[in-house]
Amino acid sequence: MSKSLFDKIWGGHIIKKLENEIYVLYIDRHYIHEVTSPQAFIELKKRNLPVFRPNQIIATADHNVPTINQHLSISDSLSRKQINLLTDNCNKFGITLYELGNKNNGIVHVIGPELGYTLPGMTIVCGDSHTSTHGAFGCIAFGIGTSQVTMVMASQCLLLSKPKQMKIQLNGNLRKGVTPKDVILYIISKLGVDAGVGYFVEYMGSTIKKMSMEGRMTVCNMSIEMGAKGGLIAPDQITFDYVKKCKRFQELKRKEKEFMEYWKSLRSDDNTTFDKEYEFNAEYIEPMITYGTNPGMAIKISEKIPKLNIDHKSLKYMGFSPGESLIGKIINYIFIGSCTNSRIEDLRLVATLIKGKKKASHVHAMIVPGSNLVVKQAKKEGLDKIFKESGFDFRQPGCSACLGMNEDKIPSGEYCISTSNRNFEGRQGPGSRTLLASPLTAAIIAIEGKIVDINKYIHEKIYDFN
Amino acid sequence: MKKFTILISQAIPLAIEDIDTDQIIPARFLKAIKREECGKNLFIDWRYHKNGTLNKDFILNDSNFYGKILLSGRNFGCGSSREHAVWAILDYGFRVIISSFFADIFKENAFNNGLLTVEVSEYFLKKLFQTVEKNPKIKIKVDLIHQKITILKTGEFDPFHIHPYKKNCFIHGYDDIDFLISIKDDVYNFEKNKRFF
Repeated sequence: MSKSLFDKIWGGHIIKKLENEIYVLYIDRHYIHEVTSPQAFIELKKRNLPVFRPNQIIATADHNVPTINQHLSISDSLSRKQINLLTDNCNKFGITLYELGNKNNGIVHVIGPELGYTLPGMTIVCGDSHTSTHGAFGCIAFGIGTSQVTMVMASQCLLLSKPKQMKIQLNGNLRKGVTPKDVILYIISKLGVDAGVGYFVEYMGSTIKKMSMEGRMTVCNMSIEMGAKGGLIAPDQITFDYVKKCKRFQELKRKEKEFMEYWKSLRSDDNTTFDKEYEFNAEYIEPMITYGTNPGMAIKISEKIPKLNIDHKSLKYMGFSPGESLIGKIINYIFIGSCTNSRIEDLRLVATLIKGKKKASHVHAMIVPGSNLVVKQAKKEGLDKIFKESGFDFRQPGCSACLGMNEDKIPSGEYCISTSNRNFEGRQGPGSRTLLASPLTAAIIAIEGKIVDINKYIHEKIYDFN
Repeated sequence: MKKFTILISQAIPLAIEDIDTDQIIPARFLKAIKREECGKNLFIDWRYHKNGTLNKDFILNDSNFYGKILLSGRNFGCGSSREHAVWAILDYGFRVIISSFFADIFKENAFNNGLLTVEVSEYFLKKLFQTVEKNPKIKIKVDLIHQKITILKTGEFDPFHIHPYKKNCFIHGYDDIDFLISIKDDVYNFEKNKRFF
């Protein structure tokens, strides 16, 4: 019988099948951070349980961390307490922690892959919905709640029903100025924010095959925004090259042959049937932007806000009207960062675009890298200087204004072009209004100070950005 | 986890679709290190105006409506995986949420904490909203044993589905951890042959 990529990984991790289609699934890697772990540790202590496999847990501080002066004590007492508690818990239970200030610290979904803790064929969980990011490596990776964090800490397993499977095929060449972020915003706008509930998505097709690992991570990262449990992509030479570059892989090198044999088997058989299948033509995709309060409310930047089926509450919150164009809207805030778009490739793209130009004087443009390793690489390539000369604020790593748990908030009523993954009401701070877009779009809007038709801009003003 | 079998209560109709967990509890309240006391921040940006005064137009502040059942539009609980959303709803006093559709992680989190999410048909959800909005005093019976929701005054009902395992957990008030720990030997055996680490 033909099997999908998902079936193969799932099948290889079943410890037990119980009645009523419930499985005990083994988890290879568990990422934790300061926000969703404290209550899990309390529960373990309450039940007098040890952490079963501390070596398979990797911890980082990311959601609450300040993005300036990280060498100083955190001024917000609650954030400081939460982060200190993570350190205490990791020390007590023998868990590897990349604490604030560590050369490998950063956003959990950025550091996992870059340090080589995410490897093809793994099952990966984290108390964060964007764990779907790791699916880019051909992993079953998904977000869990704190109760499940406790379960994995206690047993390295979860009780799960097998999700249904969806195939999203994307073929063709991406047009100039169209990035993986536009691809996923386009797909979500076509399918809707609940289309994926109960499903795991496999992305395939020639467009995906050509994408870099960073681009694939962006696509898989936002699978959760269409309600899917996760998204995954079959590993290929691009994946293997990325993984083999990671320092940690050197330690595993002795097992390389065994790994490669397994990894090369990780693809859906040709005649696999999925529960749902969709196909998109990459050539139809244009630079996208959101206008509402969920990621599915997105349009091509040159389009008008739809008149049909509009959510009035959402448009009222955003201060927009049906049928209106976004072109010409003045923007005061730009946020380039988050687990969706804070990787070196994103920073390189922004630098290429803004080099030799200045941001508009009324714009606050913030670039928050995903990790200290991204910072190091950016400095090595001189990107930090380009950011500075263009008037962009290049900060230290963290989740930052994606969800506004630290000081980096957007004031009430202000618009922010954000490369993050969510435009929910108040997501970037109470009353803030978020428009999701790609780093390229965000960079151009920062220079122009208003929303412009990126297509036109790219063709008229920028000829060689990619 | 508290046991649950049958609940008879009034309901509060929150007629909004795609309610994400950022609305249920905004990120700035996730600095808590305990599960308790999340209820005071439930829907806080909807319950209060920006200047801190009560938003009388929001349904939770409408004294006509009361009860342990929350009615909601489809796709409740989408977005972030934060279990704080479930803790806030429970701490506020709800035991059941009825909608036509719930987001995955939210549903899982709810089940792990004894908050029953009940998925009814779009038709019946509309009927519930209409009935409760017209007559807030009306009582709804949530019968987990027979997997049935009934509007007591009219007798109209809708069956609902729940996984037999989860149903059992609710009825007996137990969770997955005890079971997972009890099968440690199977885990050891599995690990002998695993590829990683």
